[in-house]
Amino acid sequence: MSVQPDVRAMGAITAATARPALPGETGMVEKPRARWLPFSPWHFVLMPVAIIMLVPLLWVVMTSLETLAQTQHFPPILWPGSFQWSNYPRAWSSVPFDTWFINTIIVTTTVVVSNLLFCSLAAYGFARIRFFGKSVAYFFLLATLMIPVQVVIIPTFLIVKQMHLIDTLGALIVPNLANVFGIFLLTQFFRTLPIELEEAARIDGASRLKVLFRIVLPLSLPALATLAVIQFLWTWNDFLWPLVTIYKESAFTLQLGLMSFQGSHVNDTNLLMAGNVMSMLPMLILFIAAQRYFVRGIATQGLKG
Amino acid sequence: MTDVVFDHVTKVYPGPALAVDDLSLEVGDGEFLILVGPSGCGKTTALRMVAGLEKISEGEIAVGGDVINDVPPKDRDIAMVFQNYALYPHMTVEKNLGFALRQRKTPKVELEQRVHSMGELLGLEELMKRRPGQLSGGQRQRVAMGRALVREPKVFLLDEPLSNLDAKLRVQMRAELKRLHQRLEITTIYVTHDQVEAMTLGDRIAVMSAGRLQQLGAPQDVYDNPSNVFVAGFIGSPPMNLLQGVVRDGHVEAGDLTFARAGLDGGDVVVGIRPEGLRPVGEADPGPGLAVQVDVVEPLGDEVLVHGSVAARDAGVKIEPEEATLLVQTSDRAAMTVRLDPDARPAEGSTLHLHVDPKTIHLFDAATGAAL
Repeated sequence: MSVQPDVRAMGAITAATARPALPGETGMVEKPRARWLPFSPWHFVLMPVAIIMLVPLLWVVMTSLETLAQTQHFPPILWPGSFQWSNYPRAWSSVPFDTWFINTIIVTTTVVVSNLLFCSLAAYGFARIRFFGKSVAYFFLLATLMIPVQVVIIPTFLIVKQMHLIDTLGALIVPNLANVFGIFLLTQFFRTLPIELEEAARIDGASRLKVLFRIVLPLSLPALATLAVIQFLWTWNDFLWPLVTIYKESAFTLQLGLMSFQGSHVNDTNLLMAGNVMSMLPMLILFIAAQRYFVRGIATQGLKG
Repeated sequence: MTDVVFDHVTKVYPGPALAVDDLSLEVGDGEFLILVGPSGCGKTTALRMVAGLEKISEGEIAVGGDVINDVPPKDRDIAMVFQNYALYPHMTVEKNLGFALRQRKTPKVELEQRVHSMGELLGLEELMKRRPGQLSGGQRQRVAMGRALVREPKVFLLDEPLSNLDAKLRVQMRAELKRLHQRLEITTIYVTHDQVEAMTLGDRIAVMSAGRLQQLGAPQDVYDNPSNVFVAGFIGSPPMNLLQGVVRDGHVEAGDLTFARAGLDGGDVVVGIRPEGLRPVGEADPGPGLAVQVDVVEPLGDEVLVHGSVAARDAGVKIEPEEATLLVQTSDRAAMTVRLDPDARPAEGSTLHLHVDPKTIHLFDAATGAAL
């Protein structure tokens, strides 16, 4: 007579073999890594591509350290020999660089913060609240993403003019307080968050707004960091819109101001590049600082393991 | 006095799909009520309507005498434990436990004191500074329960809270839950599809199927006197054996089983026999006999389960689709599970002669499924 193996015993065996591998322990099924290289062979492809991508950046840095004569040499000199570090203080002091820097920081910070706030609010509505015409509204909002900036630049200009904002920093801030891309990005992210967390918070006594600020946003740091960096890059680097709306030097942003190194009468390429390098630094710093949020996602850790 | 009253409550989802159909039910103050049924029977929807997470399509739900249909969830003073715990992943255990109290602007000293004593009650003192991601399943379960109980809610709702735990932990937590309820005496509604939890935990159980309440009563009462075929097949593990039968001249015939039962009109019936209702021939009180052909024997230590089949009649009984799955019956054989003492070890392939006490046999109308 055969005896059926106990179901519970089988469960115990499965549980024992399913134990996750400890660090340094290799699973039986894992294929042993080829030992002839300390890194993946893909690096042979990635490294040349990375170098090609870096050449323009290096060229900018090198040009910023050359004399004016060297910058006009042909073929271009990629290693000047002696470095003109004085180009940097000269670039800073020959124009109102500090004013432009501050202007750009004011505009960019305001736009980034307001985008994080307003896009979150709109996105939460689209992601979670039921209201009449929601999907139609969302569709039309997304459709506006396909309209190129050049098409709306004149109507936007007229609106801003009516608000008496032309030639002020307000002209750079108000039309950019929120943008559709941010709403789209956050809506899609919010939808991936487990809804039980929000339901639990509502039962625990939180209002809709509290749920957004205490539960949803803290869990959305990767998406918020992404949006902040993208918005920062866009605003910081924007040239066309400031060119159209700002005329007086005291309201220039950096990108607009840098143009004054390259006019019909002057062409100080080395100073222009020094200014460029200085205007790039905040973006590099921000990117490195926000990088760790891009890859991190902890939103599902409170649920069943 | 916090009772919960469902008064003709109906929930229709857009589609339309009827999730809860005219549910009327009263949960007494401090009572532990179990809502039990197969998945999709509407039990979770009923619970979510109490919590305020689903709008009530028709009817009223009253908590402590006040109709709460239009009260937002945050003002209902009801706590809920979710199936997947829904702990806030970015907060420590301490912050999770205190979240609801902070929303209610509880003074800091009182908040800390209540969080601390709840942590003590549930054995979480060591884990206060950890985040949910660093906890085991059982610990998360405890935190979820603590988070719901810490603000001493009027009603405590649990949505299959033990279903994500392994078997051993589930038994442990079940006892802990019962102890907790005895101590706190909060009106509790507990949703489960596990009929062992239903039998062991509740003061009363409400069996639901297809959005409708099938039977409401004390667990033993529901087990002993199922009101219809569905409840008979659902409550009990292993489930009640169901055979197609026919009533003729005051006798019920189902395969080779025949017994007298007075006061019945002729016609098709469903015969229900609990696995423990069958005894080997030779013991006291011989009753009508039955021959079971043994397929599989499962020794469980304290008992032996025998799975086999008996002769059956093809009565062409009409049972609703959902209930039809309970009638595993080919044209001439019907499945039969028998629970025997541990020393009984019938050989697989042999034939087992059993008798059954006619008083323990349940009869149901074949057309309506209702108990006769």
